Parts: sequence; C-alpha cells; structure tokens
Amino acid sequence: MPASKYEQPKRSWYKRNEIAVTPILFLLPGVFFFAVYVIYPVFQSFNISLYKWDGLGEAEFIGLKNYQKLLEDRAFETSLWNNLKWLVLYLLAIPMGLFISLFLNQKVTGIRLYKSLFFFPFVISQIVVGLVFSWFYDPTFGIFTKMLGLIGLEIKGGVLGNPTAVTYGIIAAGLWPQTAYCMILYLTGLNSVDPEQVEAARLDGAKGWKMLWYVIIPQLKPATFIAFVVTIVGALRSFDLISIMTRGGPFGQSRVLSYYMFEKALSEYGFRMGYGAAIAVVLFMIMLVFIAYFLWSMYQEEKGAH
Amino acid sequence: MHSIIKTSFAAIVAAGITATAAHADAHALSGDLVIFSDMSNPAPRAVMESMVERFGAMHPDMNIELTVIDREAYKTQIRNFLTADAPDVANWYAANRMLPYVNAGLFEDVSDIWEGQLSDELASTKGALTIEGKQYGVPYTYYQWGVYYRKDLMEQYGLSEPTTWAEEKANCQTYLDNGIKCYTIGTKFLWTAGGWFDYLNMRTNGYDYHAALTGGTENWDSEATRATFANWRELIDMGAFIDNHQTYSWQEAMPFMVNGEAASYLMGNFSVASFREGGLDDSKLDFYQFPEITAGIAKGEDAPTDTFHIPSGATNKENARAFLKFVVSADNQTLINNGENLGQLPVNSLSSVDDDKFLNEGFAMLSNDAPGGVAQFFDRDAPAEMAAVAMEGFQEFMLFPDNLDDILARLDEAAVDIYAE
Repeated sequence: MPASKYEQPKRSWYKRNEIAVTPILFLLPGVFFFAVYVIYPVFQSFNISLYKWDGLGEAEFIGLKNYQKLLEDRAFETSLWNNLKWLVLYLLAIPMGLFISLFLNQKVTGIRLYKSLFFFPFVISQIVVGLVFSWFYDPTFGIFTKMLGLIGLEIKGGVLGNPTAVTYGIIAAGLWPQTAYCMILYLTGLNSVDPEQVEAARLDGAKGWKMLWYVIIPQLKPATFIAFVVTIVGALRSFDLISIMTRGGPFGQSRVLSYYMFEKALSEYGFRMGYGAAIAVVLFMIMLVFIAYFLWSMYQEEKGAH
Repeated sequence: MHSIIKTSFAAIVAAGITATAAHADAHALSGDLVIFSDMSNPAPRAVMESMVERFGAMHPDMNIELTVIDREAYKTQIRNFLTADAPDVANWYAANRMLPYVNAGLFEDVSDIWEGQLSDELASTKGALTIEGKQYGVPYTYYQWGVYYRKDLMEQYGLSEPTTWAEEKANCQTYLDNGIKCYTIGTKFLWTAGGWFDYLNMRTNGYDYHAALTGGTENWDSEATRATFANWRELIDMGAFIDNHQTYSWQEAMPFMVNGEAASYLMGNFSVASFREGGLDDSKLDFYQFPEITAGIAKGEDAPTDTFHIPSGATNKENARAFLKFVVSADNQTLINNGENLGQLPVNSLSSVDDDKFLNEGFAMLSNDAPGGVAQFFDRDAPAEMAAVAMEGFQEFMLFPDNLDDILARLDEAAVDIYAE
C-alpha cells in the first residue's frame, strides 16, 4: 500500500484561526456590556427626548419640541452657563495640584504624613465635603462669613444664599478634593522625572521658573493629560455637591445640566422624562466634544509611539 | 433603608397579643398581604408596626409582610414598584399627588370601601381622595397648619392673638421695634414658602379662587393674585421674615423661635414635637389660626392628608381591602393619632382626639372655623411640576420682590404646558 499523499493532521477551525479570533473573543464580553449599558442607553435617551412622557402612561411623539422648549427655558440657560463656569474654574485644580506636589516633593522627616494630609479631602466623601463647606459658608456662624466680616465685606444671604456667589462657592468646595487628586497624579509623575536631564539642565544654568517650564513640565505631560481628563469629567459630573449644598437654589441659580436633568425627570416633582432626556442629550453633546478630543489625542500618541 | 418584618402566627402568640383578637371581624382572612410603607420616621414607624401587629392578631392565618422604605426615597421608588412589583397596600398622599398614578391606572378604584356609612365618617377628606367621582384610597391621618408662636413673648409686649391683617401687622411692628423678627422660615426646600402662599391667597381671594389657581383655571398674572403678593410684600418690606432663610431647612429655622429671635412660625402641627424637644412647653408655645385679610371671605385651611392605596397590580386585593377598612375604623384612628403615637388628627369623625392643646385647637379649627374648605397643601393641590416652578418663584419673590412681573409671567408660561395635558 503505497503512501498516496501526505495527510495534514486534522486541526479544528479554531486552531487554524486562533491568532485572528482570540483577540475578538477577549473583546467580546467587554464590547457586549459596553453596548448594552452605554451605547444602547445613549440611543434610548435620544429616542425618549422626542417624546412627551411622564414615565408611567403612554408616550406621545412630539418630534423636536422638547429641544425647542429648551431654547426658551431660562432655567436651562442658567444651568448651561453654570456648567461653563464649572468647566473653566475647575481647571484651576491642575496648576494648584502641580504646585502643591512640587512643594511636597522633597525628602524631610514626616513628608509621608504631610502628603496624606493633603490627599485627605479626596478620600472623604463628596457629601462630607459639601456639608463641611456649608457650615464654613453659613451666613450666621460660618467662619468664612466671619473672616469676610473682619475685612468689612458682606455677601448678602451668605455665599450659598446669594444667587450670584453661589456657583463660585460650590466650585471652590469642589476644588478642594479635585486639587488633591491632581496633586497625587503629579506626585507620581514627578517620581518618573529623569534626574539626568535635571542635572544636565542645571549644568546649563537653568533654575527656578525656567527649569520648571522647560524641563519639568514637559516631562509631566502624561500626568497633565490625565489630570485634564479627570478634571473635565469631574466638572461635568458635578452633582453631589450641588445636591447636598443648595439643591440648585436659591431659586435654581446654582443648577447645572446634570442636576436640572435629575430635577425634571427623576426628582420628587419631576414627571417629564422626555424633557429630562433632552437635557441629557445636550449634556452628552458637550461631553462628546471632550471625548472626541481625548480619543484623538490618545490616537495621535499611539501613532507617534510606533 | 429597607427592613422587613414578617409577622407570623407564632410571633403573635409569642407576643401574647391574642387578647385583642377578641373584637376581630366575623370571619378571619388567610393568605398573604404585602405592605410597602413610607412611615420611616421613628414615631410613624412604630405606629405602622403596631397596626400590622393588631391586624395580624385579628387574622391569625394571614401572612403579613411589611416593608418600610425611607420617606424621601419612597417618593421616587413608588413609580418603579407600582409598575413592576406591586405590593397589596402602599402609602401615598391625597389630591393631585395621586393623580398621575390614577391616570396611569396604577391605583385601584376603592369606591366600594367608601360606600355607605364610611363616607359620612370620612366626609372631611372624601373630596381629596375622589377623582371623577371615584375614590382611590383611604386617609389615615391629617394635621392642621397655622401660626405657632411664642406665648411668653406675646405677653411680654402686651399683645394678643391677631384676628385681622391689621392686627397681625401691628403685632409684627411691635416685635420688630424690639429687635425680634416676626416669622421664622427656612425656604431651602421651597415648600415652606408654598405654605405662606396658600394662606395669603386663601385669605385674600378665598378658597375657591385658590383651588381654581392651583387647578389651572385661573391665570397667575391677575389682579387677584397680585393682591396676594402685595400683602406678602408688606411683610417682606417690613423685614418681618428672618434673614438668609433661603439657606435653612424648616428644622434649621426652628432655633430662631426657640431662642426668642423670632416670634412665630407658620407651620404644620408636626412641628410641635420639635418645639417641645427644644424646650418650649405649653406656657411658651401657642397656636392661632391665620388671621382674616379680606373681610367676609370664608376661611380655608391647609390640612395635608396621608393615605393608603391598593395598587392595581396587587395580588391579594381582598386582604388589602380588609386592611384599609381596619385602618380607617374609628378605634384605630383614635389610637394611632394620639399624643403617644402620631400626635395628629384622626380623620374618622367618630374617633376621639387626644387631650392635647394643639390637637384640640386644630380639630376645633378644622371642624368649625374652616367654612371655606380644606386644602391639601400647595405641592399636593397643584400638579407636581407646577408646584416646583411656583415654589421656586415664591422663594425668589421673598428675596427679590421687585422680580414679581417676571415671576408671574414665567408661571403663566409654565402653566400653559402643564395644564394642557
């Protein structure tokens, strides 16, 4: 019986395509849950925003009317402006965090303790931060009010009762933990600064601000990027502080979009799911701008790395 | 914050309460009964638990499951459990607050319970539980609103309880001249301002106008409503209210009165317990009905009613109906509303009011001095959305009375959409 031809050992379809299939298999669970819990709800929100619906009865299709109403809604306008204030002022956490981390990046006895103390506000709950600041701002016994009184200033109604000051007051409260967060990001970043480059720069006569600007900060770029991302996200998610400190008041002057959406759709007096969804869509669009930027810059980085 | 108390036959026997089963219904029921309750504060919670215990003793074969949910969380959870996993009995509120659930067909029509004698016994709240001629729940308690004041301060300045607007303002001026604010209030949560509007509007324009306004058939920007705000403004311009009220909750506003920095508080009777804890005994704390403003107008009062309902999706409706009948019975109402329990007013006219100064005054006021009508409260009479927008406007008005034109225009604009449904 002559050996007619060489028979390839039998291999399953999976074995033959292992290299191509495996990554997809690993991705599948993640993609599935991302699609079901993130992508699908996004489109669902878009859909609900076209209806008039109280969450219980029949939903009535009204096209873009919810968005039309948003344009005339002054409470929405206030929330939008407040969101903008949050976005801009919250970024202060980045330079503040940087300077605290530079200050703490030294070797003296007990520095670990100081670092932990500075990091402390980030560890405690936002609710606690909100409560602490509400007492701090209290118009009768708050220490902030007393301090302003010493230099002859008075904010009518207290910080949280004054329609103009209230948003800034809450942002200041939010900056406390956010600064600590940025600080810890920069502290780890500073660990990876190349000492040889610093040495070389020093030999060239760089010191002080020049050293910081041209040698240290460029090396901290990854940390800055992460700090920027988490701060932007933090600013857009600002909900708990507002809820605990003012509930959007006085008369809605400290609302942001996320809080307004909650009020309209989910709170005790909210029955307008469609309107709430429309606000959520607007918030999503704002976030999308940043998300697109983050993705783009990460993509650029990946490309540059190869 | 959930807790489940399973009351089984064995537990009842062990507790030795079988004696109360003596006056049980003719036939004892069996099967299951699932109750969701929002009575999560300590006193109401004890009341709810004792009601379940006593009802269980009457029907020893019934397996009753009680779930007490935090009162604030309940307000949002009810939407989920009514549609998805309905209990047999659920707490809620009367009037417009139950309208969305009735419209969505989630509350069972319980007109049969109201038939006959019970309608007379519960006549004072029948209107608040009726929608298009049918009843959708039963009341278990209500309480009066009015002006709680420092009796000792009033005596100190030689004043007496005002009965007219002029007297009210004259009293207030005396307090202010002595460095005391007339009214404490905390508007951080907005509804307290709704109470002021209710009374000012009911006294200025009468109950019927007020009902029409909250019901959406009157405009906000009108002569009549402006008159109400003008009266309110008189007090604001005098500086009658405490400063910075927008930063306080209703509890945080209490110390001003307890410490004697403010003379009175327009509030519901539930505040009495806190006043007493704060050290104001009956020699220092007293109550008067909100005075007359427009002469000759029949006085209306706020008396919010808390209720029990049967969800349409309930599985043991027979047992649920028996429980509702038990809740509204005169004996039970007397017991749960006495000073040691809820400390509020029983709804059943055959029950007796506990011997408490404020309960007696409140009961007399609601029975005899409220010929105009009994309202629920601003945020229960007006649709929820309208209430939210309007109460925010009230707070703005109290801080910036000059913004009135703008506020009224805004309210009318919101009303167009809200009442169109």
